[in-house]
Amino acid sequence: MEDLSLHILDIALNSVEAGATLIEITLREDLKADLMEMEVKDNGRGMNRDVLARVADPFFTTKPKKKSFGLGIPFLKQYAEECGGSFSITSRPGAGTTLRASFKGSHIDRKPIGNLGSTMASLVGGHPEMDFKLSLEKSGNSYYKFDSAELKKELEGVPVDYPPVLAAIREEINAQAAAYALNTHPYPSREGTKGIKE
Amino acid sequence: MPKLTVDDLKKIKEEYKSTFTLREGGYRAKITVHMGTCGIAAGAREVMNALMDEMAKENIKDVIVTNSGCAGFCSREPMATVEMLNHAPVKYQLLNPEKIRRIFKEHVQGGKVVDEFALVAGSETSY
Ligand SMILES: Nc1ncnc2c1ncn2[C@@H]1O[C@H](COP(=O)(O)OP(=O)(O)OP(=O)(O)O)[C@@H](O)[C@H]1O
Ligand SMILES: [Mg+2]
Repeated sequence: MEDLSLHILDIALNSVEAGATLIEITLREDLKADLMEMEVKDNGRGMNRDVLARVADPFFTTKPKKKSFGLGIPFLKQYAEECGGSFSITSRPGAGTTLRASFKGSHIDRKPIGNLGSTMASLVGGHPEMDFKLSLEKSGNSYYKFDSAELKKELEGVPVDYPPVLAAIREEINAQAAAYALNTHPYPSREGTKGIKE
Repeated sequence: MPKLTVDDLKKIKEEYKSTFTLREGGYRAKITVHMGTCGIAAGAREVMNALMDEMAKENIKDVIVTNSGCAGFCSREPMATVEMLNHAPVKYQLLNPEKIRRIFKEHVQGGKVVDEFALVAGSETSY
């Protein structure tokens, strides 16, 4: 995976497949601690202890073997650990799942945020009946919030997956994410705003 | 932080309402972009977004675009399945934004399977 936004899409689609109706995605940056954290929280069916114990093993999957490789979570865990961060999942059957991965902000291998707007548009467009929240936080303060349930209300009957709505979501979130990533850790120079606009 | 501006939303709402609402008559086609881990790593997200842009450009309302897990052919990702009403589904392989735009024009809008990119064409395709 080239950037964080692709990992986020991959992890959020696990939540979709777990039958969630609400997925909350948070990026937290703590400049003092030199950490960036991503969190994906869902209200899906959750995992029992056996599954939870094995979820980060490469090639562990509960989905049809012919179709799933069981690599999404191991990829993210490995990447977090390589970047001086940490990885955790908490989950209980019926009580949803929360996954967190953190990365050392100034680590040379840290991936750019990437096209977060495209990730959110893919999620909302692919699953308009679900609700998605995105929250960007900086040093404990809220920087930007997106809530598809709120947007649906504002749309007054226009479907949230109407293509011009999705294009607007993508542009709005990319603009916000670019600004969020600008005044940030001293990134490795290849970061810039690369991947934000395509 | 600002949300989608009120003007943006107003414009979109007006545009939506000024064109006839086809959705009530049901959907003409469903396109599934396969987004397992392997599909995402291979570029499935940009395929999906290219599709959504094409639909926005053409003001299409009677086609559903969704995403699901891997189609089970990881070396052929990104993949998408096109289901036209009353026709067998067609799987397309090794996609990129350019190819999906062609598939949208020729297959979804024009009714003709793009054999070049198809993995398994439905047997009863009589286009
Ligand atoms: N949010 C979640 N809720 C419930 N179960 C989950 C969740 N995320 C992951 N799992 C469980 O963990 C397993 C491993 O997830 P992982 O993303 O690594 O692989 P996969 O989704 O099965 O396949 P791939 O990601 O390679 O397409 C899943 O098969 C599923 O059983
Ligand atoms: Mg997965």
